[in-house]
Amino acid sequence: MPTAMEIYKLLPRKNCGECKFPTCLAFAMQLANQKVALEACPYVTPEAKAILEESGAPPVKLVTFGWSGSPAKIGDETQLFRHDKTFYHPTVLGVIADDSEGLEKMKAKMQDAKATYYERVGQIIRVDSVAVRHSKGSPEDFIEGAKYASTLIVPVVLMTEDPKLMSEAAGACAQARPLLYRATQENFDAMVQVAKASGFPLVVGGADDMGKLAELADKAKKAGVSDIVLEPKGSSAGRMLEQMTIIRRAAIKKKFRPLGYPTIAVLGSSKEDKMKAALGVMKYCSVVLMDQMPPEFVYPLMTLRQNIFTDPQVPIQVKAGLYSVGEPGPKSPVLLTTNFSLTYFTVRADIEKSKIPVWLLVVNTDGQSVMTAFAAGKLTPESVAALIESEKVKEKSTRNEIVIPGMITRMSGKLNELTDMKVVVGPRESSGLPKMLKSIAA
Amino acid sequence: MDFDVPKERFAGKIREVVIGATKEKGGTRGSSIVVGGSDGFPFHRFESQMPHMPVVVMDVVDTPRLVPETLLGSMGSFVKEPVEWAKKCENEWKADALLLRLASANPEEENRSVEECESLFKEVLKSVSLPMLVYGCGSEEKDAKLMEAVSNAGKGERLFLGLAEEKAFKSLAAASMANGHGIVAFSNLDINLAKQMNILLLDFGVKPENIIIDPLMAALGMGLEYSYSVVERLRQGALSGDPVLQMPIICDSSCAWNVPDILEEDPKKGDILQRGILWEAITAYGAIVAGADLVIMRHPDAVALFRQTLNELTGGG
Ligand code: B12
Ligand code: SF4
Repeated sequence: MPTAMEIYKLLPRKNCGECKFPTCLAFAMQLANQKVALEACPYVTPEAKAILEESGAPPVKLVTFGWSGSPAKIGDETQLFRHDKTFYHPTVLGVIADDSEGLEKMKAKMQDAKATYYERVGQIIRVDSVAVRHSKGSPEDFIEGAKYASTLIVPVVLMTEDPKLMSEAAGACAQARPLLYRATQENFDAMVQVAKASGFPLVVGGADDMGKLAELADKAKKAGVSDIVLEPKGSSAGRMLEQMTIIRRAAIKKKFRPLGYPTIAVLGSSKEDKMKAALGVMKYCSVVLMDQMPPEFVYPLMTLRQNIFTDPQVPIQVKAGLYSVGEPGPKSPVLLTTNFSLTYFTVRADIEKSKIPVWLLVVNTDGQSVMTAFAAGKLTPESVAALIESEKVKEKSTRNEIVIPGMITRMSGKLNELTDMKVVVGPRESSGLPKMLKSIAA
Repeated sequence: MDFDVPKERFAGKIREVVIGATKEKGGTRGSSIVVGGSDGFPFHRFESQMPHMPVVVMDVVDTPRLVPETLLGSMGSFVKEPVEWAKKCENEWKADALLLRLASANPEEENRSVEECESLFKEVLKSVSLPMLVYGCGSEEKDAKLMEAVSNAGKGERLFLGLAEEKAFKSLAAASMANGHGIVAFSNLDINLAKQMNILLLDFGVKPENIIIDPLMAALGMGLEYSYSVVERLRQGALSGDPVLQMPIICDSSCAWNVPDILEEDPKKGDILQRGILWEAITAYGAIVAGADLVIMRHPDAVALFRQTLNELTGGG
């Protein structure tokens, strides 16, 4: 963002007050703080407006593709290291349906991709996108594939380097607002026209070096395509890491506009490619497309994505309170845990395995695990006793008994003293809960 | 278009640390390994030197109690035979170094005697020629005696002994210093604590070239992001010139095998063993991308996969 003085120099300096501020300088100061919009001044020249918009734009452009209701959002990152603030837009993972496989297989693959989703620590993680690629198959299958993709309500990528075919496919799945892959030196002008005419985002790639890639992106922008995705060339993991780093760094540290866009990597399905996908998630890839995403791979990959894109200041957490698991009654046991999502969902899943209804008392530990919270003084007999009181635990369960995690045996005495409840020390790992609950219930 | 690749250079660099001693150096190891030495971010070869690639330390546990079921079958029955296990690490799976965990000494578990543990250590030392790390059982009192015995029995081998913790490091540090060994400095996911641990060791008289940092690796899905960031920050601190942080970093990825996500049979999540192997390999990957110089791993297939990636990270293309 430019400074107030820089902005002031570009304003009309009429001090007319129509922007609701007494002077242009006052308005400039508000603008610099992003408190008002430039539109409030009716007299800014189009040139000044263009300059201000350009210099105020984020270092990495936000690009969206897919259905307007649930688009994929990529780019708009501001950091090189997640600990400095956070990474905002998780890598979009997509499976490629290639027309050499034939239409039926393509459809099945897309369906599979759409059906691949899991709930993990309270969040849904899924294969986000499907890509339809023309390679050795028939153009008809490609177009039909694109049509089919557009019915799935997931973000779609269309992959062909033939501008005519691309234009047709883009028309066939226009509501899905697909990402177009890709413009290269060879098909540049025609492909840029397709993107411009449709208004869909465009991948620019195939350039031999970073300077060439920047040049292509810049050319596309000047030709009127504003939503660009970069594909650096390179095959090894080492190259990928370096190039993704250079792009991100040039955009953020140097504000080098021609590389200020999200990125994409298209991978196969070998073991190396799987590990490369993991690298992409860690190192600045906005979109990763792969030939195959088998579940035993996609699940760890998505877990990695979930980890890397967690806000470092705010652990994923659930609300504190008294939860029911199953349909507990007055005779059901009360169990204690913390509000760290990972802890809560692990414990909950283990309780569910026992099929025994339970009251689960979740203490606010600012999203910390049992031991972390205990060591940090965020899980104390006092905080637990207060919650027992405020959640009216003794009215809900008349057993007058609470089961605590095995790792915090040390709080038993004091907790008993404060609440008058019998404190039962549970297993250290919640995986031991089904066995224990069965013996309690018996 | 003119484009100057934005490069970063740093004042500091990671110290080179040697593990294991060959005959010439007074030990019996077949080779020694050097870790560290980088003067930039990991694998950023366009702007920095990375003279030594990260190494794979394979672990051998002296009690199958700590090896999950999923692994016992898939690795083989020898998992109950630490010596056989160690030989496999060297001969079949090509580990760069070996970690022997003497967990069974723990008084609250098997409570195996110091003598028994010591003789197991000697047996392993004799059976493999890899550079070695040896960890105690975590009980301060027992480890004091145990690690002293190990240190003496491994005199001259340039072992790395662990784990030194803030509240319990003196006897370990003494044992390591007595016979020219190194030490693994453990701290809990906090850059200041890591620094504090190193300062304590340095003040105690341990030489900086004898220290490796273990900042605690949380497995994929179990807080990997915390470790990833702590390792990145440790590396940044070292590069920006803080000598107390310039020791190589070791991350224990074998912790991946305790994660509930991979112990659970669920067809929706695919083959359990393959999922576990990827889980461990990705955990290790996170560690080295963030800046680890050594990773501790367990499953041979995870090691193989990880190695392939490592070659690709350092190869051309
Ligand atoms: C990630 C992590 C952190 C993260 C925080 C993550 C979070 N959101 O909580 C960060 C980096 C912030 C952190 C900080 C600290 N940490 Co920490 N941390 C860990 C780590 C690696 C994983 C914790 C975790 O997520 N576990 C997974 C969850 C699911 O486990 P859980 O909550 O315990 O739940 C399990 C059981 O308790 C049980 N369970 C849970 N609820 C219930 C309920 C019932 C009824 C039953 C029966 C069972 C049960 O089942 C669950 C599944 O097995 C552990 C080490 C480890 N590998 O466990 C250390 C660990 C917990 N941390 C520890 C410490 C000391 C700290 C710090 C005090 C150190 C420091 N750096 O200053 C700080 C405190 C933070 C502060 N000052 O606010 C110590 C605790 C030592 C002790 N014995 O007290 C540990 C054990 C590491 C160690 N070996 O030294 N930590
Ligand atoms: S409306 Fe425009 S010209 Fe008038 S005071 Fe505000 S900024 Fe200045």
